[in-house]
Amino acid sequence: MQNTRSIEITVGIFVALGMAALLMLAMKVANLSQFTEQAGYQVRAYFDNVGGLQTRSAVKMGGVTIGRVADISFDTNRFQAVVTLSIDLAYDRIPTDTAANIYTAGLLGEQYIGLEAGGEETVLKAGDEVTITQSAMVLEKALQEFLYNKTVKPEPK
Amino acid sequence: MIAMLASLGHRSLDFFKRLGRGSLFLLRVLASLPSLARRPGLVVKQIWATGVLSLVIIVISGAFVGMVLGLQGYNTLVTFGAEESLGLVVATSLLRELGPVVAALLFAGRAGTALTAEIGFMKATEQLSAMEMMAVDPMRRIVAPRFVAAIIAMPLLAAIFTAVGVLGGYFCGVGLLGVDDGSFWSQMQAKVLLIDDVVNGVVIKGLVFGAVISWIAVFEGYDAIPTSEGVSSATTRTVVHSSLAVLGLDFVLTGLMFN
Repeated sequence: MQNTRSIEITVGIFVALGMAALLMLAMKVANLSQFTEQAGYQVRAYFDNVGGLQTRSAVKMGGVTIGRVADISFDTNRFQAVVTLSIDLAYDRIPTDTAANIYTAGLLGEQYIGLEAGGEETVLKAGDEVTITQSAMVLEKALQEFLYNKTVKPEPK
Repeated sequence: MIAMLASLGHRSLDFFKRLGRGSLFLLRVLASLPSLARRPGLVVKQIWATGVLSLVIIVISGAFVGMVLGLQGYNTLVTFGAEESLGLVVATSLLRELGPVVAALLFAGRAGTALTAEIGFMKATEQLSAMEMMAVDPMRRIVAPRFVAAIIAMPLLAAIFTAVGVLGGYFCGVGLLGVDDGSFWSQMQAKVLLIDDVVNGVVIKGLVFGAVISWIAVFEGYDAIPTSEGVSSATTRTVVHSSLAVLGLDFVLTGLMFN
């Protein structure tokens, strides 16, 4: 047996470690607070429907992840969802007429934002708005339209 | 035929006798708990013996269980193109079931057996009787600190096991198999709830399993036949009974919590 002092110290470390593990589970796994924000500049984009998009979803350009969704909220004036994109500082030359679309990775996969570059000379800066957007494809809606078109026969002329 | 019935009756009577003795023993332990407030050092020493010394096996097993979950989960999910959900799969299975249960089984094997053997040998070498002669209550001096220490150590070990397991799954999924870093965490964070998963899973299950294991371990030690053979069979019983109790209770708790 070791002496009492070193036992007390190791027990203290053990309890602190256990508490830290619990804290990590609460913070990082159950996401009590988002304290892992990456450095980047933020731009806004308005969508009619964000579908299953979540905060921390990927923002991709040409298939490469260049940022994350920082925040999703609802604008009561425009009745649209406003998505704040946090884009890595390395990608600071994105044209202002870039289009933002919400895509789904695979049939059941997670949704992400795909940016397609435009041709403008001016580039997006922090606080700017991406004006050209296309909402998420809602599978139920598409299916409904498809079924409707299939079942309702066109009027004979 | 009659002999079989007789042996069945004998066994069931034995079982209930032990259960009764175990319950009375638990009451005596609980009654001697208040005296611990004056001697917290005893508990600290036992947390060292049960918790700190179990840390290595818990951390290593946690890492490997998490890594295996990452690999297997990936292989299953990738066929559906849903490998982004890997983080969610790893975290929920660890938090709800694997974390507390596997940590408890390891704890029973690592610390429970040590408790039983220690108390059993104290009895076999008549140290407990010697204490009683000196008017030192072995319940307060020996049994109660060990009982409390195991209950404190178990949820902490379960939390460490789970946290290391999640990191192991992250290492395998994101580091080796190329799952997207953000999806791994965001799917997990979107679906894992603090009260439902973290508190229910790790904390409450950890406390319950810790109480059951330490109860069985100290009772078996205290109740052991005071010979080497008796102590060895008591140690075996500790592992068998506490493993069965943990698995059975886990089913009941899961039914109550996640329905």
